[in-house]
Amino acid sequence: MSSVAEVGASYSGRQRFPALRALLADPITSIALVLVVGFLVTAAFAPWLAPYSPTRIDVLHKLQPPSMEHWFGTDHLGRDLLSRVIHGARTALMIAMVSVAIAGAVGLLLGLIAGYGPRWLDAILVLTFDSLNSLPMIMFALAIITVLGAGTGTLILVITMTSFPSYARLIRAQTLALKNSDYILAERLLDAGPFRIIFIHLLPNVVGPLIILLSMDIPVVIMVEAGLSFLGLGVRPPTPSWGSILYDGYTSIRSAPFMVIFGGLPLVLATLGFTFLGEGLRDYLDPRMRAGRPA
Amino acid sequence: MLTYAFKRIGLGLLILIFVMVAMYAAVFLVPGDPASVALGPRATPELKRMLTERMGLDQPVWWQIVQFFRNALTGNLGYDVWSNRPVSTLVMAALPNTLILGVAALATALIIGVPLGCLSVMRRGTAADTAIGVVSVAVIAVPSFVVAIYSLLVFAVTLRWLPAIGAGEAGSIVSQIEALILPALAIALGWIGYIARMVRASMMEVMGEPHIRTARSFGLPEWKIVSKYALRIAIIPTISLVAVGLGSILSSAVFVEAVFARPGIGKLITDAVNTRNYPVVMGTVLIMTAIYVSITIAADLLIARLDPRVRDVFRG
Repeated sequence: MSSVAEVGASYSGRQRFPALRALLADPITSIALVLVVGFLVTAAFAPWLAPYSPTRIDVLHKLQPPSMEHWFGTDHLGRDLLSRVIHGARTALMIAMVSVAIAGAVGLLLGLIAGYGPRWLDAILVLTFDSLNSLPMIMFALAIITVLGAGTGTLILVITMTSFPSYARLIRAQTLALKNSDYILAERLLDAGPFRIIFIHLLPNVVGPLIILLSMDIPVVIMVEAGLSFLGLGVRPPTPSWGSILYDGYTSIRSAPFMVIFGGLPLVLATLGFTFLGEGLRDYLDPRMRAGRPA
Repeated sequence: MLTYAFKRIGLGLLILIFVMVAMYAAVFLVPGDPASVALGPRATPELKRMLTERMGLDQPVWWQIVQFFRNALTGNLGYDVWSNRPVSTLVMAALPNTLILGVAALATALIIGVPLGCLSVMRRGTAADTAIGVVSVAVIAVPSFVVAIYSLLVFAVTLRWLPAIGAGEAGSIVSQIEALILPALAIALGWIGYIARMVRASMMEVMGEPHIRTARSFGLPEWKIVSKYALRIAIIPTISLVAVGLGSILSSAVFVEAVFARPGIGKLITDAVNTRNYPVVMGTVLIMTAIYVSITIAADLLIARLDPRVRDVFRG
């Protein structure tokens, strides 16, 4: 039997963080959250966490297997692998967040314009979204990289260009659904301009599903960055990236297999963490979108 | 149906033109001419002029675009800047390797993924269902090129069971199949998860329908209901998923081909991008976009035929 005080305590405890508690009820989501927070902290404090400089070359100690001095070993130029992996987290998360934010903003704006603007503008925008969407993404990406040359800026542009159309389509559909609702009609009757209606009234109501979609695309972008950097078409050396670590390891896979193991592991853990956290968030925020996973 | 088909094909052609025009426009707008970028800072002016001429960059942009399409219609996609071989020959030599890889990966994914999805539905709510769900999401999340590198390390480098690089010796089917196994599995892994999820989700919807209830009232065994009556309807969204996913199979192929040094389209275009070989990049992009767009259209038409609901929507 529990006393009134105990019930009260547990009740108020439940009240304090109801969202977080509901989210963490699923053990997989909890593990995912730990992984994601871990990577975010690593990325934020990379210069303080890394034992060495990620670009310090020491050819005398190249391809050293893991030891007390170099926990993950050293690469083909004698750079400390652990430091490169830690700084790689910074590169991966920075690119993922910046490009997802830009693509989200572009998609939001164009989707609102397409949904609320005149019919002809809508038709042109939808044709643009559909054309971009029906391209094989990798071909489009490689075409842009050929023209602009590899680099962080190109990478962000490529990711933005290939992902904003689906965001814009989502926002457009949401906007169309809300466009003729009573509260928007009321605003129109009160002589509110399109700017006011779009940014004050429509935007807050359409942005929710977009945020879920954006969070679920972060692992995809991390993967694209690593993949293109692996091909030598992403971030430029000597900037540490998980993809370029994997490439360096790949070229010496027979003599130093630990390089691909330690280069790939953070990438796998990060994509798993962000994916499962995104799934958990989606299930919690929008139960209607629950599809593949058992309820 | 016919109007729908024409509309889809028209949009497809529009997309192809849009892509190539956008690419030419991008080349034109970027500061610095492609010839000097490709040759590097130590190029002599004569060499630069020769390359500019060979790439057709001395012509006005709109004329380049018109020329490109006119040549493309006659099967001429231009010439490799460095080796001077026709781009169409290069693409045709690489294409079979990529197509075989993609088809093998997709077939593997369907053969494993569809039964997994059915199993999930038959055991719905149990630990097996949950496990299949979690593993599906996990394999979707893991990048295929990391799977490729890890499987290369384990099965080719350490265990030496399978070849590490290439597409197998010409003429030897056994060696070609051996060279196909690891790359195909690396691509298929994520797709097994996708397909299992999709089959489960669409089948769960179907399971509530009257004809399933009728089948059940006849006392048919659950596996027969699932595999015979539910799957037939539930497979339709899976077909459209597979068609839409061809683009992503293509991207995986680019990375996986790089890992296994498989001489396919992925390797052709990555090498071309790295050496700024514009004609090869443009020709390959055009061919791959055309293939991709036509497969998407074919899949849409197939779905319209299979699913009367879609057909009726487009009849009006």
